[in-house]
Amino acid sequence: MLNYALLVHGAPYSHQAALSALRFADTVVTSGHRLVSVFFYHDGVHNASALMSPPQDEVHLAEGWQRLHQDYGTQLLVCIAAGLRRGLLSADEANRHGLASHNVEAPFELTGIGQLVDAMLNNDRLITFAP
Amino acid sequence: MTSVHVSDIEPQDVLIVLRHPPHGSHWLREGIDVALVAAAFGQRVGLLFQGDGVYALLEGQQSGALGQKGTHPQLAMLEMYDIDSLWVSAAALSERGLSVDELMLPVKPLSAEAVAELIQAQPHTLIF
Repeated sequence: MLNYALLVHGAPYSHQAALSALRFADTVVTSGHRLVSVFFYHDGVHNASALMSPPQDEVHLAEGWQRLHQDYGTQLLVCIAAGLRRGLLSADEANRHGLASHNVEAPFELTGIGQLVDAMLNNDRLITFAP
Repeated sequence: MTSVHVSDIEPQDVLIVLRHPPHGSHWLREGIDVALVAAAFGQRVGLLFQGDGVYALLEGQQSGALGQKGTHPQLAMLEMYDIDSLWVSAAALSERGLSVDELMLPVKPLSAEAVAELIQAQPHTLIF
């Protein structure tokens, strides 16, 4: 059994990267490995939007990530610096910036790049999915 | 241009590969951010400039017509973070008519074979 972490750079639906990452993630956990965390960076932060509303006959990426957390305890980490400038904010951050609404909710967590470094150093594999 | 010998390559904890120019996207800035944070966490960080990433090394990458900040100030901070293992693809430079003398940082040019060996020698590589 190996411990995996994923780094997702691709925005949902714009590129194949996010869907490939989710498919890889599903394969990791169903193959008996552990998916410790997914770090969303660059345009990948949009995967965390609670407002994501794809047509019903398409894969719902945000729900896919949440399912990994619910079923396997995978941490869903969103880079706060990359998220804030792209409009991905938790209730706390929205409050801090005086904004009326937010779109990042648990189990997604806004966090720093240090968590990416941590994921790289403390898992057997860190796999990047970029457009 | 003489390229560095592979045996001169000191392995790092993390190699960050930068392949995008300083303007037109946020790739370069966000790649350098990871390098700085990893160094702040006590990791030995090496940088490899490949493809259009070599443009980041030209002097004077300030904000310009595109309204982006530019990466010159970020690159100027590398020394403060003890990031001094800097490599550049010799082919990427010559394809763009550039030479190491024109660059703002002391980078070591690598042949294509040496680039492959550099990446092989690192425990972790992140590509931006």
